[in-house]
Parts: sequence; structure tokens; C-alpha cells
Amino acid sequence: MTINQSGWRPEMGASNDEPAATYTGNRALMLEEALIFEIGDTTTTGVDIASAPKVAARLGGLERHPALGLPGLSEPETVRHYTRLSRQNYAIDLGLFPLGSCTMKHNPRLNEKVARMAGFADVHPLQPQETVQGALAVIQELAVWLIELTGMYGVAMAPKAGAHGELCGILCIKAALEARGEDRPVILVPESAHGTNPATAAFAGFRVENIPATAEGRVDLAALKARLGPDVAGVMITNPNTCGLFERDMKAISDAVHAAGGYVYCDGANFNAIVGRVRPGDLGIDAMHINLHKTFSTPHGGGGPGSGPVVLSEALAPYGPIPFVSLMKDGTYKLVEEESAADLHPQTFGRMAAFHGQMGMFTRALSYILSHGADGLRQVAEDAVLNANYILRSLEDVLEAPFAASGPCMHEALFSDDGLAEGFSTLDIAKGLIDEGFHPMTVYFPLVVHGAMLVEPTETESKATLDQFIGALRSVARRARQGDAALKSAPHFAPRHRLDETLAARKPVLVWKEAELAQAAE
Amino acid sequence: MRYLPLTDTDRQAMLATIGANSIDDLFVDVPAEARLPGPIAGLPSHASEMAVERHFSALARKNMAASHHPFFLGAGAYKHHVPATVDHIIQRGEFLTAYTPYQPEIAQGTLQMLFEFQTQVARLFGCDVANASMYDGSTACWEAISMAGRVTKRKKAVLSSGLHPHYVSVAKTMAHFTGDVLDTALPSMSAATDADRLLAAIDDATSCVVVQYPDILGRIADLSEIAAKAHAHGALLIAVVTEPVALGAIRAPGEMGADIVVGEGQSIGVGLQFGGPYVGLFACKEKFVRQMPGRLCGETVDATGKRGFVLTLSTREQHIRREKATSNICTNAGLCALAFSIHMTLLGEKGLRDLAALNHANAVRAAERLSAVPGAELVNDSFFNEFTLKLSKPARPVVHALAEQGVLGGVSLGRLFPDAPNLEHGLVVAVTEIVTEDDIEALAAALKEALA
Amino acid sequence: MTRYFTDEHEWIDVDGSTATVGITDYAQGQLGDIVFVETPEAGKKLTKGGDAAVVESVKAASDVYAPVSGTVTEGNPALADDPALVNSDPEGEGWFFKLTLDDPSQLDGLMDADAYKAFVAGL
Repeated sequence: MTINQSGWRPEMGASNDEPAATYTGNRALMLEEALIFEIGDTTTTGVDIASAPKVAARLGGLERHPALGLPGLSEPETVRHYTRLSRQNYAIDLGLFPLGSCTMKHNPRLNEKVARMAGFADVHPLQPQETVQGALAVIQELAVWLIELTGMYGVAMAPKAGAHGELCGILCIKAALEARGEDRPVILVPESAHGTNPATAAFAGFRVENIPATAEGRVDLAALKARLGPDVAGVMITNPNTCGLFERDMKAISDAVHAAGGYVYCDGANFNAIVGRVRPGDLGIDAMHINLHKTFSTPHGGGGPGSGPVVLSEALAPYGPIPFVSLMKDGTYKLVEEESAADLHPQTFGRMAAFHGQMGMFTRALSYILSHGADGLRQVAEDAVLNANYILRSLEDVLEAPFAASGPCMHEALFSDDGLAEGFSTLDIAKGLIDEGFHPMTVYFPLVVHGAMLVEPTETESKATLDQFIGALRSVARRARQGDAALKSAPHFAPRHRLDETLAARKPVLVWKEAELAQAAE
Repeated sequence: MRYLPLTDTDRQAMLATIGANSIDDLFVDVPAEARLPGPIAGLPSHASEMAVERHFSALARKNMAASHHPFFLGAGAYKHHVPATVDHIIQRGEFLTAYTPYQPEIAQGTLQMLFEFQTQVARLFGCDVANASMYDGSTACWEAISMAGRVTKRKKAVLSSGLHPHYVSVAKTMAHFTGDVLDTALPSMSAATDADRLLAAIDDATSCVVVQYPDILGRIADLSEIAAKAHAHGALLIAVVTEPVALGAIRAPGEMGADIVVGEGQSIGVGLQFGGPYVGLFACKEKFVRQMPGRLCGETVDATGKRGFVLTLSTREQHIRREKATSNICTNAGLCALAFSIHMTLLGEKGLRDLAALNHANAVRAAERLSAVPGAELVNDSFFNEFTLKLSKPARPVVHALAEQGVLGGVSLGRLFPDAPNLEHGLVVAVTEIVTEDDIEALAAALKEALA
Repeated sequence: MTRYFTDEHEWIDVDGSTATVGITDYAQGQLGDIVFVETPEAGKKLTKGGDAAVVESVKAASDVYAPVSGTVTEGNPALADDPALVNSDPEGEGWFFKLTLDDPSQLDGLMDADAYKAFVAGL
């Protein structure tokens, strides 16, 4: 006979071994990765750059001699460094990402493809306008869609993100008041608003006053009406609001504000719940930003870039920022900038950023809009609302839903920490969900609900995924109600356990310093 | 619809669970008069992937792409070669489709990257600390002016005439509404900057002086004297860098005494993209950190003592401080910051210095060649990769004539400063590593013809 | 020396026309780990009930109000390096600022220790 010469015999091993600490600190596919400052050095580079021809330098005698301290890595090391880091992130590509009010929906890759076409990605913003007619056409085409979908009069495409869009709308209100010769120093903001609303109003020089919510989670119309007066410039209202509810009185609010001489700003962060079903223009809105990264699927990128076009009423449109694209009678597109503004847009409040807005986001958003069409966008809102209500009604017996009786929710379902065991909190539920393989929901927002948990599934989740999420959240919620101690130390299976945020804030370490290496070696 | 997974069977089952008869029941809170009965009329219906791609291809072809022509535009946005690795990594779903890292246990990838980015920016600018990015350079510039106002409790900013006119416009827009006072001026087409004007304008009411380096005409001037005068009067120096590659060759603003350094990071890792998205860079001295706008990533440890990173000092920000926040900014430019950081890691100090040297050498050669064209005169004594030519004719029509010959030949000062007749003969020419000798000859020949 | 309390959870120790102000043990317990305290500069005029200082935990920033009107003579320098003093010794080493009183009669409406204890018990 022949013998098993190599000695290879599959073995299952023991299944109950305590895992030993590894030499590297890695755990198989979960790889630790050092900082570039620890693994790179200043003489290594991952690019080949042609040597510079000899010339007499004309740098004004300001040559930089001291070391910069910027480490380089070779190309393979660079790819590996960032690939390893990427694997420590949760992402919508991995699973449900139910952050309320953040709208983490699938990001179609067609969007990425069209945004990278050389005719859009490789065009300079100050090229002669006759050389960028296709790019200007994209901006105009998206602008028309946004106007039609919202039933508004005009749109400012310049703002760089949602909060920048809020600033745009608020500046329009300020400019309109100025044109009327009125000084109205106050903006009213509901308590449930995103923090950006009061911050924006203050950034633009307004004083902010809160207006209360009713017990059912909507703006208190009577309180609002009582506060209106000649010192109130306007209101900033989120609709659907951050409790996930449609503001039934929106039209009445608008009418009351207009009657008192003010303007209505709508935070459009939640437009994805109503696109194709309701036009804000029919509710008396004067200005509303649209987060292209929420409603129209441009990627969030780990925190931006965003894009925040602002649709405007006829009353505010004259004051919108420059530049903007205009379709001329001869069929060409013109970018209205500083010099032509006097003729074509004389009342503009001016420029709010260099160049012409987030072109790379415009292509992506338009790609999404054209893919869906008017019929598909309506279905987007319907499925987003259906998914959220399914979650609300599937969980309200294990988690307190403070506004469950206030009617159907829109695109997000709100729960509170009421009923959890002593010492257990919303944070524990969030961390427990991490171990279940889900990104947690938005926590502790809106502020009007104690221990708030705001769940927004979006329309791009299947019923099977929702059912699995509901099962996981029911399990975690039960553990929190029963006081399962293991939940207090969750997550157990993530790349890191709970991080010490107090230490980070008390002794901020915001940049890497060589001294750390010396300390570590001691 | 390819992006929507629910089937009609799913929808019926879910409605039954909810206890609703139809989807309309879920929109019952919308007033009847505002409910749309069906898809909005006049708009197209859904389209296939192929059809959408075809639509965009047709529009893209109507633009002159920078790579396809001799290309010399700068003035706040620069064409550099971006290594293929950068675009590959930023398209990894774990980076592309992640959110702001609110749950640090499952966002260490983004957080560590931001910590590395902050360190890279701080070192490039010669500052103690940097934030996790802003929208772009122009908005970062206003945020810096606003921050200087909080630090000094003063409201007068002195802006150099060499500051990018769009940045000046943004500041003017905001200052008009906030009541800040801006001391501004138009540049003159001379080799000297307006340092004397700035020095004369600084007084005890000044919150900050804002200087672009290199400036809009490409000039480079030492900031030390302005920093000293500003500090003597309790004011801050804000330096603005629109071409960060320059700092691989010339001294960092922080080394020359700048208190806050902001910049446009597009030049490193981020393409031209017709003006956005770009990435604002924001760095300052450590003592001002609590007045900074924007997100900050900091180092800490987890419950088992392992190093990790979190967003920190959040009480400055709008989601906690609301109307008392340092800024209303929420989103930053995370993915563009990642692109910047990857490109910077690929370059390293050696690569950055080599790249800067190549840019400068190409620009010097181009300046010599182009100033030999009859009717073109070099304005600058000093420059990095961008300089200004004074032409014998107004530059705006010249730019169009060059484009007709297939050369994207620069930015006319007339477009940037439409209300300054004495600048209309100025052409700002940027020359990076992508420019070949043939490109320079093509521009020289086209310019000669246009000026003839 | 007499200690008074406000219903906004500040305490004030009064010694003649000067006083020391901090936040109560109950308040620090509600705030959690304190990471930063912004104390007023010497010379600053405070108005009773107006903003006087800011105390921050990781996820919250809270305004501290002036229990009485007066002029600040000193902020507690130790809090810059060690804000945790507010947690470990809120009614001692963790004081916020000292001031000279404008009008001692403003103390009349404040609570004594027993009244504050009852007030907190009722929350």
C-alpha cells in the first residue's frame, strides 16, 4: 500500500477552545491597522514623478526647508492600508442603516459612473461657457426637476450641503425683508428641529425663539400664532417633522405666518417621504432645501460631500444667490455671474460659495431621478412610508412609541427609552444592535422625546431585511427591559468595544505626534 | 423599478400587518387638497440604466474635457494627475456608503482616516491642529473670519486684494447680514502685493487680516511682517491657500505666524468636477481649538484599552449647541477628505516635494516662453505654478479665441473682476505637472495669433 | 459664611460682599462626566439670572446662571486642567468663579441647604 506521505488529515479540532490572544492583535479577517505615521516614512513614495527640469527658482526666497513630517507609503501598502481601514466601517452596502432623518438608502452605481464621465468630472469651473454647455445643461435639467417635484417657482443650486441650503433660504428671507425696509430680528423654530435650524438662523444674525410641540408631536399652531408679530421674520419647520409625522396644519401655519408678514422656511431633510405625493409649493412654503444625499441617493461618503439646492417661492426667488444657469432664447445655457447679475438677477443677495455648486452631486442626483422617473419617485415615497409604518407597528409592543396614536408615521418611526430596566438606556439598545450586525438608529434625537430612537428604513430595504431587523431589535429591546447585564458591555463583536469619549474630550488629541511613539516604547 | 425591492405581495402583507387598507391610508395626514392623485404630469417615467447612461454620454460630449486639450486654468481649482488608486479606494462601499461616524465602534475606518487627514493638513499648513474638513475653500475662509471674530470679540476684517474674488464675495455676502465690517480692495497688476495697505489698515479694532498665499495673481510674499503687526494689535492672521501643492515648495503659513490657515484641498486627490464637490481645509493654533467650526476627530481608548478614535469636542457643534454653535455646518466633505488623504499618503513628503518642484519648473519654463510672445508680458516676480500675463488686448476675448483653437489657455482677470477695467488685460495661467512642452508651444502659438 | 442655592442648581457662598459660585452635587450627577468648563473672566459684570459660565459633558453643554448680580473677581483656574473636579468635589474644589455682590438683598429669594434638599427631592 501507499502511505499518506504528506501527513495531511483534516481535523475539526475542539469547538470550545478559549481563543488565545494573537501575536499581531489581528483576529483573522478583523485586521488591526497602524497609522500612516507609524508605518510610513518621509522618503517613501507611491508615485513616480518625472524629475523637474533645471530652472532658476522664482519662489521669492521662500523655499520650504524644514521637514514637513508627511509620511509616504508605496502603492501596494497604500491600497492595503485603506482597504484594511475600510473593513472597520459599517456601510449601506453591508446592510440596513436605519439612521432616522439621515436617509441612508442604496446608492446606485450608475450614478458613480456618469459622474465620472470626463465631460463632467474633468471640466474646470472657469472654462469659457461655450466649452461647458453639456455641464450647464445637466444643472438646468436637474433644476427643472426639482422645481416640478416641489411645485415651487425657482431653485438655487449653489448650496454645498443641507445646512448651507438652510443658510441660503434664511439669507433670501433676510434680503427680502431688507428690500421691504423691515427689520425683523426673530426666527421661530420648533423644539423638535434639527440643530442646524437654530444654528443657521443665528449664523445669519437672527435671534432664535423656540415654539412648543403639542402632545401628539406636531407644531403647536395656537402657540405659534400667538407669537407671530412684526418682529418675526419667519419660521423654520421640518415637514414631515423629526417625530416622523406630517404637519397636518402646514398650510394653516403658512397662511398665519404670511398674514403676519413673515416667511416660511421648510427643512426638506425628509422630502423623501413625500416626493411625488405632495408638493411643498402647495402648502405655502417659501423656501426649502433638498439634501440630494438623502432624497436623491447621492452617497454620504462617511460625512459628505452633500449638496443642498433650495427651492424658492415667487416672493423669495429674486433674492437667490449667484451664480445660476439660465436657458437663453438662442438655446444656449448661460451662467449668470457677478457681471451679468445686474441685468438678469439684480436683487440677488450675492455669492455663497466659489464656483457653481456641487456638480458631482448634480450628475448623480439627476441619474437617480431619471432612473426613477415621475412614477418611480412616487413609489419611492410610498415604499419608504410603508417600510417605516411596518417597523412602527411591528415593534410598538416591545418599545414605547410615544406618538403611535398620532396617526401613521411617514418615513421614520420614533421610540423612547420608557420601560427599559433600571440602569438601561437607549445607548445600550444601540450598542446591542451593533452586535446583531445592524447600524443603530438615530439616538437621542429629536430632543423632545427622552432617550429617543428614530428608525428610518428607507424604500430600498426588502421585507426580508426588515423582518430580520425587527427580530433583532425585538430581541435587544427585550434584553434591555429584562436588564441583561451583557448588554451593558455591548458591542462585543465589533472592531472596538465602547470608546472613552470623556477622555477624548477632556484631553483632546487631534493630531498624531512623534512623542506618542516614544511613550509607547517605554 | 430596479432600486425598489418590495413586491406587490410584500406590500399587501405589510399593509395587513399595519392594519391599513391601502397606501393612501398612510398619507391620511396630508390635507386632501395637497394630495397628488398620481405621478406629476409632464415629467418622464422611469428609464433603464442604458437609457440614462446614453443621455449623460450625449451631454458629456458637449463639454471640452481638460485632459483632451492643452490646459492652463487655475484660479482656485487645479488640474493635477490623480493616481488611479485614489478613485479605486474612495469607491469602496465601506467608505462611499458610510455615514458620519456617530457609532465609533463600527466606524473606525472613517475615524482613523480623519485623524490621519487632520494630521496631514496640520503639518502641511504648519499648524497645531486641523479639523475634519469644510465644504470648500471659500466657505472655510468665511468660517475663519467668523472664528476670528469670536476669538477677538471684534468685527473688522482686513482682506488682501490678492484674495480670490469669489472668496471675497462670499465674505461680503455673509458680512452684510452679520454686521461684520470688511476692508477690501481690488488688486493691481503689479509684481508687488498689497502688504503695505494691509499693514496700514491694521488697528486695535481689527479682528483679522486675510491673505491668500500664493495670491490670485500667483504672487508669493512673506507673511511674517503682517503676522507681527496683527499680533501687536491683538488681531489674528488668516492665511488662505488655494493651491496646497505649493506648500511642498514654499514655507508654510503657520511657520510665518498665521493663526488660522484655511485652504481649498481640491488640488490633491479631488478632480476638477466643474467646481464641486471640493474639500475645505481648516487648521489653527491649538489654543483656538474650542472656537473651531466643523467636525473634529480625536484619539482615545476603548473599554479594553485599545487605541481608537471618536468625533470629539462636539459641544461646539449645531446638534448640541444649536443657536450657540460655532457654525451651522453639519456635513463636511468626508469622501473628498479621504481622496486628499490617500493622494497625500501616496505622495509622502518626497513625492510632494518632487511634484511641487516639477510644477514650479514647468511654470518657470512656460512663463519664459509665453512672455516672449509679442504682446504678452509677465507681471510676477515670484510665483509657484501660476502667474499673470498682461496682454496687449483684453484677455476675455483672447480666452475664447484660444478655446476655438482647442487650447484652454487660462482665466481672464476680466471674468474674475468684471468691475475692474484696469485688470481686463490680465490672464492668469496655471502650469502643473500635466502640461507638456508641446502644450506650452500650442498655447504660445495660439496666443501669438490671438494677439496679432 | 452662608451658603445659598438656586432652583437652577447653582450654589453661592457669601462672605461679606464677596461670594463663590459653583454647581451642586445634584447637578453634576445629572450632567455626567464633565469635560470642560468655561469660566468668566475677572472684571466681567454679571446680571442675576444671566449667563455666567458654561459646563460641558461629552454630549451636552449647559449654561450656568449668575445667582446674583456682581463683578467677577476670579474664575477657578484649576478647572482648565482638571474639569473632573466638578464631578469629584462640586461644592468645594470644583467652584466656578468668585464675585463681588452688587446688591446683597438679591440673596433673599434663594434657598438654604434644607430648602434645596427638599426642592431636589421633589424633582
